[in-house]
Amino acid sequence: MANSPETLAAGRRETKQVIPVDEHIIEIVSDSGEGAQKAGQSFGAISAKMGNGVWTVEIIPAEIQPPPRTVQGASGIRIRIGSRKITNPGNEADLVIAFNEKVPYARIEQMAYKEGTVLLIESKWGEDESEEIRNSYVEAIQDFRERGYVVHEIPMEKECLRWVRNPKKGKNMWVLGLLCYLYDRSLERAEEQIRQIFRKKSDAIVESNLQLLQAGYEWALQQLDFRFDLPSIPSESEMVVMNGNEALSLGIMASGIEVCSMYPITPATSVTHHLAEAFERAGGLVHQAEDEIAAIGFAVGSSYAGKTAVTITSGPGIALKTEFIGLAVMAEVPLVIIDVQRGGPSTGLPTKVEQGDILAVLYGQPGDSPKIVLAPATIEECFHFVILARKLAETFRMPVFVLSDANLATGVQPYPRPKVNRDWFSGPIDQSPWKEKGRAFGWDEKTGLSKRPVPGQAGGMYTLTGLAHNEQGIVSYKPENNQYSSAMRSRKLATFGQTLKPPVINGDPEGDLLIVGWGSTLGTIDEAVEKARAMGAKVSSIHLRFLSPLEPGLKEIFSRFKQVMTVEINYSDRLEDPLITAENRRYSQLAWMLRAQTLTDVQCYSNVHGQPMSPGLILRQIQSALQIR
Amino acid sequence: MFGLKCDIALDLPEKYYLQHDYEKGVARWCPGCGDHAVLAAIQKLCKEYQLPPEKTVFVSGIGCSSRFPHYMNTYGFHGLHGRAFPVASGVRFRRPDLNIFVVTGDGDCCSIGAGAWVHAIRYNMKMVALLFDNGIYGLTKKQTSPTSRMGTVSNTHPTGSVLPPINPIQTTLGVSNVSFVAQTSDMNPAHLYATIKAGFEHPGFAFIRIMQRCPAFMQQQTDDWKTNKDQFVLLEHPKGISVDEAVADTFGLRVAHDPGALHSARELAEDTDKVYLGLFYQNKEALRYDLYGAHNLGYTYEQKEAALETELDRFAI
Ligand SMILES: Cc1ncc(C[n+]2csc(CCOP(=O)(O)OP(=O)(O)O)c2C)c(N)n1
Ligand SMILES: [Mg+2]
Repeated sequence: MANSPETLAAGRRETKQVIPVDEHIIEIVSDSGEGAQKAGQSFGAISAKMGNGVWTVEIIPAEIQPPPRTVQGASGIRIRIGSRKITNPGNEADLVIAFNEKVPYARIEQMAYKEGTVLLIESKWGEDESEEIRNSYVEAIQDFRERGYVVHEIPMEKECLRWVRNPKKGKNMWVLGLLCYLYDRSLERAEEQIRQIFRKKSDAIVESNLQLLQAGYEWALQQLDFRFDLPSIPSESEMVVMNGNEALSLGIMASGIEVCSMYPITPATSVTHHLAEAFERAGGLVHQAEDEIAAIGFAVGSSYAGKTAVTITSGPGIALKTEFIGLAVMAEVPLVIIDVQRGGPSTGLPTKVEQGDILAVLYGQPGDSPKIVLAPATIEECFHFVILARKLAETFRMPVFVLSDANLATGVQPYPRPKVNRDWFSGPIDQSPWKEKGRAFGWDEKTGLSKRPVPGQAGGMYTLTGLAHNEQGIVSYKPENNQYSSAMRSRKLATFGQTLKPPVINGDPEGDLLIVGWGSTLGTIDEAVEKARAMGAKVSSIHLRFLSPLEPGLKEIFSRFKQVMTVEINYSDRLEDPLITAENRRYSQLAWMLRAQTLTDVQCYSNVHGQPMSPGLILRQIQSALQIR
Repeated sequence: MFGLKCDIALDLPEKYYLQHDYEKGVARWCPGCGDHAVLAAIQKLCKEYQLPPEKTVFVSGIGCSSRFPHYMNTYGFHGLHGRAFPVASGVRFRRPDLNIFVVTGDGDCCSIGAGAWVHAIRYNMKMVALLFDNGIYGLTKKQTSPTSRMGTVSNTHPTGSVLPPINPIQTTLGVSNVSFVAQTSDMNPAHLYATIKAGFEHPGFAFIRIMQRCPAFMQQQTDDWKTNKDQFVLLEHPKGISVDEAVADTFGLRVAHDPGALHSARELAEDTDKVYLGLFYQNKEALRYDLYGAHNLGYTYEQKEAALETELDRFAI
């Protein structure tokens, strides 16, 4: 490159406005298939490599094949980058790149922009052959300005045409170049990134994308009179960057599990997309079953035969698996069940976030059905909790749920590279002779724990059954036996609960308001609480990782706050709704559990917008609960 | 098997299993129920092949017949109604060393479990699948089953059932990758035994439909079979299931059928006036999903660790 952009930039930098920021939220919105997500993910990865905190989240269109240039077709990505760790997608966007004037409206509906948001928009629509499109463009630009956005019209395709014949393909890389200029990203890293993305493509394709990257960068250098200074602090430790589903899949590989039996369902499926590629090399296999019932049945069979399996699904799949979950509880079969939750009930919001499955998972089976439920709150925890889940499943001889959600599934964040530990993996199946003398369920009365015979163990022969059974595994309908065996299965939870510590309180141990969250909202709640505390509010928060058994000490912690309120992404009636009273109000799911378990008047804020919650929204709830401004 | 091995004289003798080593408890089926005959045949088979009880697993669904595993002194899995096949497939996936039998009823297999049944045929994992077809729901007391003959009077169809039955042989033969389909009857113990034996030796998914008596709820069908013996036709072929001439002689009709011929197997299956006993179809070459399941077993810690590190490298920054 004769004219390195750096040398050019050095000459021009003084004439530019350089705006210092410590974090920024960027969105690229387009029709689906225009590569916005690829550009955004690359930008996120480059930033992460430079040492910035990053969170990216995809903007998924409402329809599979939406018509172009429509609100419902808006597709794209949000990237939040900062000089410190970023734990959530944040509030309104600071800078938006839009490939047409329609798609921003989808985000405007979702209140994703604010006064002052910088909007870089493809200008070609203003010169379109169709008068209708030209008018639409002009009106929208005017409307955007009236809304207070700072609009820059950018000739994206026109510029790309100077380098490639089909500007529709590759426009995203031109935009990546532009972003690299705007945020002073290392072009070298960007080039590396492009080579990585297109590693399976021809040299010509790689070259043309590199050219577009360069062109986007240079165009911005020449034409834009501003750029941002967002310092990065390279981290000391080795980091990895991935989304929650990829973390789950690596967690499976690391957990010693060798069988993953699943049936495709959004947003859980992509766990197995990554896994299917890599698992085989680690001595494991993915089984795509004929339906969710068969998927869990297969997993239960594998676990019974000594290879603890995992099944992965989302809400509708959990509904189908219910009967087998009950069998695994009753017959004490270790099993890991990953539920990447989406909006419900029924088919609901397949691609959108909701934390609506706790009660279904806990109470969905007939009779008493104790099981362990874990809720990772970060992408890093998605990895580590699967390893924990297999260990717990085998120790406690029961199904263990890992409740993730669509927000964690698609959010991308860097975290310290796990140090692989050999203890994570499982050894060969125990085939030594069985010593428990006919006791397939030799419950220890204190703990409920028992040893499990596995086919191949001489002398351990028993028939697993979902019918009530005694210590020997023999069917028994005796009243005292059913009472006792039910108690033994329940006691395992109490036993495990003994090992748990009370949750760590974020903030002071007492105050006016305690926010209780679980799952993917951790970063958002923390950020909101921090802001509120800075404003003088006496608010703290806790975040639960163990939903069954519940973490200990909650009632005592609650007693030290004037108000306790859960923040959850699931449905609850609002007190101001017609017909709703404090008595008939239906609470959000965690609040419902906490009220029952602690006899504390736990309130809740929840919604089913299908969106990740923003810190600003939670801050407003804190303000209104404490009546502060 | 039994006795000292002649080449290593000091090797300990392996245990020789007697039939009672495979027996457990007292089977609680009605007197005259066909299930007793199958239980006896299976226990005999276990003894003949000296199957180590700890290496043998019976997986069943729910129904009278699905109680079967409780009466075997082996490993057993008495699971959920209609779900024996997925469980058995999961057991088999990473355990090529086990002998696996599936016990399922006509409601269990052909109604609630029909989806899993079709896919189990296609997976063709090595196991013996025994369909205990009494043409009725036994355990829940006389409801119409998908294999009940049209007009069957039951508690759900007091004036007679209104749909033609499903034909399990025809259905099985219609599934791609099918590898072994046979039909036998509990009333002919010799043929029953020979059929189960052939199924056990088959390298894949051996589907055996057992036409069965249910004295409690389907006496009519049993009476009909008894008075109308010519309904039963013996399928004969060198590659088929062979029984003693004395047994073969008891059949009024005997037909030659090459189990390699899928089309004529399907034609025979469609002839519902007759009950053909024997091997309809066998293909030892059909693709086996259990071989795929066992192809990467027993990786060392080092291998697993290396694979994980390689993946982490991909996400490293
Ligand atoms: C999910 C579910 N639905 C229904 C039942 C009730 N049920 C138990 S066995 C059975 C039918 C059994 O008939 P079949 O499979 O022919 O076995 P048989 O008793 O005749 O051997 C039914 C409907 C059940 N146990 N589980
Ligand atoms: Mg039946």
